[in-house]
Amino acid sequence: MTLPQTVTAGSAFSVPTSGSGPAVLYIVGPDQALRRDVQLGNPVSIAAGDLYNAGEYLAIIVAGSSSSSGELEVTPAPHPDTLSFLATPSRVPVGLHNGINGAVYVFDAYHNLIVTPMPVSFELSGSSGPSQARTITTSHGVAWTEIDSASKQGSAKFIAQAGGIATTRVIDEVPGDPCGLTISAQPDGAKLRVQTALVRDCSGNPIPDGTIVTFTENYNGAQTTADVPIKKDIAQIDMPAYSGATISVASGVVAGNEIRWGGGR
Amino acid sequence: MSLRILAAGCVLLFATGALADQPSVQVQPPDLQGSRPLEKQTAAAVVRDYLESWQKFRAALDQNQAALLDPDFVGTARTKLASAIGEQAKLGIHTHYQDESHKLQIVFYSPDGLSIQMIDNVEYDQQVLDRDRVLATQHVKTRYVVVMTPAEVRWKVRVFEATPE
Repeated sequence: MTLPQTVTAGSAFSVPTSGSGPAVLYIVGPDQALRRDVQLGNPVSIAAGDLYNAGEYLAIIVAGSSSSSGELEVTPAPHPDTLSFLATPSRVPVGLHNGINGAVYVFDAYHNLIVTPMPVSFELSGSSGPSQARTITTSHGVAWTEIDSASKQGSAKFIAQAGGIATTRVIDEVPGDPCGLTISAQPDGAKLRVQTALVRDCSGNPIPDGTIVTFTENYNGAQTTADVPIKKDIAQIDMPAYSGATISVASGVVAGNEIRWGGGR
Repeated sequence: MSLRILAAGCVLLFATGALADQPSVQVQPPDLQGSRPLEKQTAAAVVRDYLESWQKFRAALDQNQAALLDPDFVGTARTKLASAIGEQAKLGIHTHYQDESHKLQIVFYSPDGLSIQMIDNVEYDQQVLDRDRVLATQHVKTRYVVVMTPAEVRWKVRVFEATPE
């Protein structure tokens, strides 16, 4: 039996044999096991698609009580068929340096990891601004990258491409933390109407409705706190109008300004 | 189970059973792609779980019991191994694998922490049997590319592929 040293996954090949009489050929590896009845002296044909899992195989010809064997290596097909593309996070604040990452494992049509180095292109394109693109060569079948999120909110397409196969993930780029959070107050009878200015992130994206803004009033050693969701870009609340009270505002980890009622701003 | 771990010239013994039939294991320092730092505990867990997966792999292919793969293999790796076990059973053969040595190196930790890739330069004996009759025995020296992903309580093998050295 003369075995080819290597065989490409899924390709046809033949194994020349010597001798005469009936025998059985086994090709056995961790991922596949085949058996073919053979006539010694004739080559054994393995059809395309019969041996398709990459790996090390032991080929054995058994004729009666005797057998002979050899190693056979099956390598992945060279052309990508599937990209396993892990892109995270699915939701990311705008303007974040290296905020989006992607890793691609490249597989052939038989789900063998293609370990031969090959270029993988990554492209992130959003609803506004220029797209970001780069090409990374795989190492051991994997390529990865990190990309900044855009400065404007919206859905971005994150595309990985190798050998004509493309896979897309959608990344939701959302506003970052509020920036320059400020409040003002107007008297309304016995109360104060406290209201934020338009709440935006540092890139000017409106902070989504429902984001909580916390108002805190301190007066005479007592503290009153109210959590208010943003509605139509602002948050507002009525608070007791104590002369000399201080009122401050915050949202998440971001602190805004503080005003003193009755003593000026 | 016992594992002889050779790391940086040290021999670490994991005393969990008899030493006989246990492979020698050398863990090389990671040669890491990816921006995510790899904690020592994570690396140790990955190596431990991978070596345990070899035990299940050996038992499953020897006994033609695909269910033995379940604790350690998922996805493509499990599908392919289970398929081979089904084919072996159909042909009336089974395979005894005995790993002699592993030289392991972690080469990729994905930024999201959801996959780790490792290279295993492994030596093992493969013995194919037709019931009790040994059809052939071969000593194999090859390189496995392994991708592991975290499950509930352990890392599982998702890609398990012998590649050209």
